[in-house]
Amino acid sequence: MKFRSRQLRLVLVVAAVLLLGGGSLGYVLHARQRDAPAQQVGADASFTLAEPGLYFRDAATGRIARQPGRQAPRVAGGPSCDRFYAAGERALCLRKLPGVPARTQALVLDRQLKEVRRVAVVGIPNRARVSASGQLLSWTTFATGDSYATSAFSTRTAILDLRTGDLVKSVEDIPLTVDGARYHAPDVNYWGVTFARDDNRFYATVSSKGRTHLVEGDLRKWSARALRENVECPSLSPDNTRLAFKKKVSDDPKAPWRLYVLDLATLREHPLSETRSVDDQAAWLDDATLGYALPGGEGRKSDIWTAPADGTGTPHLMVPGGSSPGAVH
Amino acid sequence: MYLATNGRPDTSPHPSGVRRRVPGTVIALGAVSLVTDVSSEMVTAVLPLYLVLGLGLSPLQFGFLDGLFNGATALVRLLGGRLADRGGRHKRVAGAGYLLSALSRLGLLLAGGAAGGIAAALAADRLGKGIRTAPRDALISLSSPPETLGRSFGVHRAMDTTGALLGPLVAFAVLWATADAYDAVFVVSFCVGLLGVLLLLLYVPDSVSGPVGAPRVPVSRPAKAQHKPLRDPAFRRILYAAALLGAATIGDAFLYLLLQRGLDLSPTLFPLLPLGAAAGYLLLAVPVGRIADRTGRRLPFLLGHAALLGAYAVLLAPVSWASLAAVLALLGVFYAATDGVLMALAGPVLPAHGRASGFAVLQTGQALARLVGAAGFGAAWTFWGQGPALWVAGLALAGALVAAWRVLPPAPDVPVQPSPSRAPEAS
Repeated sequence: MKFRSRQLRLVLVVAAVLLLGGGSLGYVLHARQRDAPAQQVGADASFTLAEPGLYFRDAATGRIARQPGRQAPRVAGGPSCDRFYAAGERALCLRKLPGVPARTQALVLDRQLKEVRRVAVVGIPNRARVSASGQLLSWTTFATGDSYATSAFSTRTAILDLRTGDLVKSVEDIPLTVDGARYHAPDVNYWGVTFARDDNRFYATVSSKGRTHLVEGDLRKWSARALRENVECPSLSPDNTRLAFKKKVSDDPKAPWRLYVLDLATLREHPLSETRSVDDQAAWLDDATLGYALPGGEGRKSDIWTAPADGTGTPHLMVPGGSSPGAVH
Repeated sequence: MYLATNGRPDTSPHPSGVRRRVPGTVIALGAVSLVTDVSSEMVTAVLPLYLVLGLGLSPLQFGFLDGLFNGATALVRLLGGRLADRGGRHKRVAGAGYLLSALSRLGLLLAGGAAGGIAAALAADRLGKGIRTAPRDALISLSSPPETLGRSFGVHRAMDTTGALLGPLVAFAVLWATADAYDAVFVVSFCVGLLGVLLLLLYVPDSVSGPVGAPRVPVSRPAKAQHKPLRDPAFRRILYAAALLGAATIGDAFLYLLLQRGLDLSPTLFPLLPLGAAAGYLLLAVPVGRIADRTGRRLPFLLGHAALLGAYAVLLAPVSWASLAAVLALLGVFYAATDGVLMALAGPVLPAHGRASGFAVLQTGQALARLVGAAGFGAAWTFWGQGPALWVAGLALAGALVAAWRVLPPAPDVPVQPSPSRAPEAS
C-alpha cells in the first residue's frame, strides 16, 4: 500500500489514535462500572461462626457462606475472602489487594467475624489454616516474578502466633534436616502448613530441586525435618492420627495430583476414591470425611466435593460453586 | 515532516556525509517497536496474575504453558528471516508478525477461561514476535549508511526499551482503574498493538535499498542466488563469538536473585531491579551506538561482555546497596554495548538480500547459547552453591572473552571504508 501524502498519513494516524484511544477508554470505563459491585465487604452483623456447619467461599459473590447440613439451604453474608479457614476462636481470611505487584491481606477474625489483626504480604492468596485452638495461623501466597525477571512462581508461607503476637513472615529460614543432615539450597519453598492439637508441632510441604517433601516442624525448637517425599498440602485429621495430602502421580500438567491419606503411626498411605486431580489443601470435615475443591461443572468456577477418608465410597458433590471448605463445630 | 521521507521513491537521496540525523525509517521502526512493546509488555506483566488468580490455573500449569512456546520461537525466527529475504518482503513479513501479536490479545479475550484458547493465543503472540524481529532489524540496517549503523540500532533499541518500560505502567494503571479487570488490559493492549501496525503500514517504506545515497533498486534477487550466511567466513566468526559469549551468560534473573538474597530485598522492590537495568540500557543505547560507529563495533561488543563480567565480580563480594547500583549500571552497559551493536557488527558483513536471514541465524544462535548458559548456571548453583557457581560463570565468561577476542576479525567494519563482502547493489 502506498500513502504518498503526508497529510493523509497524519490524518489516518490521528483518526486511529482517537478511535483506538476512545475504544480503550470506553472499555476501561465499562469494566470499571461492571466490576463495581464486586467490592470487598465485611460480614453482615447476623453472620458469625456461632452456628456449626461447613463454611466456604461462594464463587458467585466472593463472600463466605455457610452450609449447615447436607440438605439444608446455604446461608450467605460472610466477609469477602479469596481463601478462608476457621477453627477454635479464630478465622483467617485472605484477600487479594487490587493492583500490581500482587499483595494479599491476611485478616484475623474472631468468632463474630470482627477483625482482630491484619497483615499485608506479597503475593496471591493460596492456602490458609488455623490450629484447632485458634491460636496459631498460617497462610501461603504465590509470589510472581514480573515481566523482566523469570515468570516462575515461588511461595511464601507465614506463621502467626496469637499467644505472643509473633509473626514469622517467611518460614524459609527454619533449620531444615533432610535424611539426617542440615539442608541448604537456594530454591527452598514452603507451603500448606497444618497444625497439631498441641499448638507446637506442624506439618508442611517443602520443595527444592524439583522434589517435594513432607516436613514435620517444631515451633518452640524452631526446627523442621523431612519425613517423606512427594507430599503436598498436608492436612492433619482432627484426631491427629492421619494426614491427607495431594501426591503427584502423573507428569501430565493437566492432571498431576491425587489425594492420599497417610497413617502417621504406620506410615502407610492409601488413595481416596476421588480419581480426579485435586489441587487443593483438603479439609477434614470430621474424622472420617474430607472436603476439597475441584474445578466447577456447568460453568462454575469451583465446586466442593467430599470423599470418605478411608478410601472407600464415592466422591459426593457437596457445594456447587464453593471453594475453600472448612468445618466449624 | 521528516518521518519516512527516506522511503519515498520520489525524493532525491541525501548526499552522504552531510547527514547528521537518523534515517526516518529507523525512527519509524523505533516508533512501531515502542508502541508494540507497550502493548506486549502490558500483557506480559499481568499474564501470570491473570492465569493463576483470574483463571485458577496452578503455577505448574502456567509454567508449562509458558515454557511450551519459548523453544519454538527460534525456528520461527529463522523462517521469518528467510521469508523476508525472498523478494525483499521485509515490511510485509514484519507487519504480519506485528499484526499476529496484536490479534493474539483478542484471542486471550475471547478464550475466556479455556486453557486451549489461551495456549493458542500465547502461541500466536510468540509466533508474531519470532517472525518480525529479523526482518525489522534488516530494515533498520538496510536503511542506514553502514558507518552510522551503531547509532541507528542504538536509537531503535532506546525507543524499544522505552515502550517496554511504559507497558507495565499502563497495565497497572488499567488494573488500578478497573479494580483488576484483566479483560480491559487485553482490550487496551489490542488497541495499542493495532496502532503499532498502522504506524508500520504508513511510515515504513515498502522496500529499502540499502545505504542511503545509493540508487534505489529492489533488494530482491533471483531465487537461485539465495545467500547462505553460514558460508561466509566473516559472518561465521561473528556468530561463533556471539554464541560463545552467550553460552557464558547466566541470565539476568539469576543476577537479580543474587542481589535480592544478598540484601534480603523486599519482594515489593524486587520487580524494580530489572527496571533499573532497563533504564541504564535506555540511556546508554544511543551514546554507545555512536561510540561503536567511531571505534568499530568489535571493541564495544567485547567490552559490553566485560561489563557483565564486572557484574559477576561485584556479586562475588558481600552485597551492599552500592554493589546493587553497580550491578544494575553494569547490566545497562552490557545491554547497550551488545544488543544493537551485534546487529551493527554483522550488518555490513551480510549482503542486502541475505541480511534478514543472517540476522535471524545470529539472533537464534545467541538466544540458544544463552539458554544453555542459564540452564548450566542453574544446575551449577543447585549442585555447588551460589559462590562456586558464580566463580565458574566468571571464569567461563573470561575464557569466552579471550576466545571471542581472537575469533572476531579485528576490524570487519572499519568506518567509511566499504567492506569487501558487501553485495554489489548495496555500495
